[in-house]
Amino acid sequence: MSSQWIAVIITSFACYALKFIGHAIPEIWLSHPRVQRITNLIPIVLLSSLVAMQAFTTKTKFVVDHRLAGIAVALIALKAKLPFPVVVIGAMATSAIVYRLKI
Amino acid sequence: MSVKRDSLSVGLAVGAAGVAFGAVAVADHFSVAQACFLSLVLFSGASQFSLVAVMSAGGSALSAIVTGTFLGGRNGLYGVRMAQILKLKGWKRALAAQITIDESTGVAIAQSELEDQKTAFWYTGFGVYVFWNIFTLLGAVGAKAIGDTSAWGLDVASPAIFCAVLFPRLKERKMLIASILAFVWALSITELVPAGVPIISTVFIAALVGWK
Repeated sequence: MSSQWIAVIITSFACYALKFIGHAIPEIWLSHPRVQRITNLIPIVLLSSLVAMQAFTTKTKFVVDHRLAGIAVALIALKAKLPFPVVVIGAMATSAIVYRLKI
Repeated sequence: MSVKRDSLSVGLAVGAAGVAFGAVAVADHFSVAQACFLSLVLFSGASQFSLVAVMSAGGSALSAIVTGTFLGGRNGLYGVRMAQILKLKGWKRALAAQITIDESTGVAIAQSELEDQKTAFWYTGFGVYVFWNIFTLLGAVGAKAIGDTSAWGLDVASPAIFCAVLFPRLKERKMLIASILAFVWALSITELVPAGVPIISTVFIAALVGWK
């Protein structure tokens, strides 16, 4: 079996297990304020670093390219409270235009 | 009635982003079957995108599994909250667990009446599930005709989606600080450590910022 299939299957079942455990876990275990503060921050730090990797690296090397323009447009659209599809399509269109102009 | 309509429109809008996942997965050398398996069984956008991104960036299967599973962890935390609202047992609980994601939880807790919260959870969750899977297949099959994904902006689709998910949460000061630190930290170490590590290691930032 390819390493891709192994990753796909294991992650899929691990993620389902986490969802299920959440529904089954006694609430009191997570009631400590410090645990709550940290668990609330975990998705934030993971997603923020993921944005950094996806937008500003290529094969783990730091790169600034057409993607910066796309992310900038996404942030402007979010600041202007535009709907979700506009944010994503606006970012994609900008990034694509900058990419094509450079070539 | 408007709860159902609102829930389904979120389902359609978010589900349509599945086209980006399908296309990105195939562009990153995953098969159509693997892309569809992830949307059907894993069903959590952030974990799906990260698994594909880590492996296409040269990361090992292990780092992809750890990163994807870490990102799936927040669904478990949503599950804790939704269980209090839904109060389910047996197969209904097992079914609710699968559709416990950002959107179903978000739309549910935005309602003020308990019955509306339940309705919003099921309609948003199933709405996203159905559309996300249809669009994943379309994106994955269509990607072969696309060619260079950068020329269509597909390389920026997933970070733009995450910006949209993060943005409303950054009004809180600690969230904003943690986000900026994680962003800078990840970029600072990316050339020094294996793929996946810059992301997983930010859990320490969450612990530091959230300690007090």
